[in-house]
Amino acid sequence: MIRVQQEDFDVGQELAALTEGNHAIGGVAVFVGLVRDMAGGAEISAMTLEHYPAMTEKMLGEIEAEARARWPLEASLVIHRYGRLEPGEQIVMVVAASAHRQAAFEACEFLMDWLKTKAPFWKLEETGEGAQWVDARDSDNAAAARWTKRDPDAAE
Amino acid sequence: MKLLYFAWLKTKTGRAEEDVTLPEGIATVGELLAWLEGRGPGFADALADRRAIRVAVNQAYAQPGDPVRPGDEVAIFPPVTGG
Repeated sequence: MIRVQQEDFDVGQELAALTEGNHAIGGVAVFVGLVRDMAGGAEISAMTLEHYPAMTEKMLGEIEAEARARWPLEASLVIHRYGRLEPGEQIVMVVAASAHRQAAFEACEFLMDWLKTKAPFWKLEETGEGAQWVDARDSDNAAAARWTKRDPDAAE
Repeated sequence: MKLLYFAWLKTKTGRAEEDVTLPEGIATVGELLAWLEGRGPGFADALADRRAIRVAVNQAYAQPGDPVRPGDEVAIFPPVTGG
């Protein structure tokens, strides 16, 4: 399930709703991303997440479908917020549930790695020196690329 | 064709979206970018470094050689930074 929303979410409630009644689930991996108060040594007062609504929904749906094709998941969930967020607020929640832990852990990491490099969101950070768009990080591209290497259908 | 601009591309071009009529002979993403670049200093600055921009045609990532057609929705934006 994919949700892109401005409002906050409750991790416990989301997990309970996702796993309710499905007793084939033996492991649930969850990642929650929060707004940090520092970036590159500068203090951040807030950040605004801009997105491209039609493409965001489409890309997140494709990424989730890819995860479900690669791992035997019983349930999955991606919630991503947009708008203005302050330090400590929740930005994103990714959940992968499976019969066993390995698939859940791996799928959760995969969902985040691909989301960070493919889903059209952009962060504008507010600091004492004004607002600045965040640059993409090479480390995020490297993290996303390792899943391409692991694709058994991909040519080595 | 509908054009959308996000993040600093919106700032530099001075617009979030617009409808444009494609001139004759523009059939690919690369040709579209080259045409847009010639529309003024804001566009030239925004599109100067092609490695710093991504293009989506009808909400799917596209490469310079991919086709564009009059009814398409084309979005231009920097590499994504969500999550």
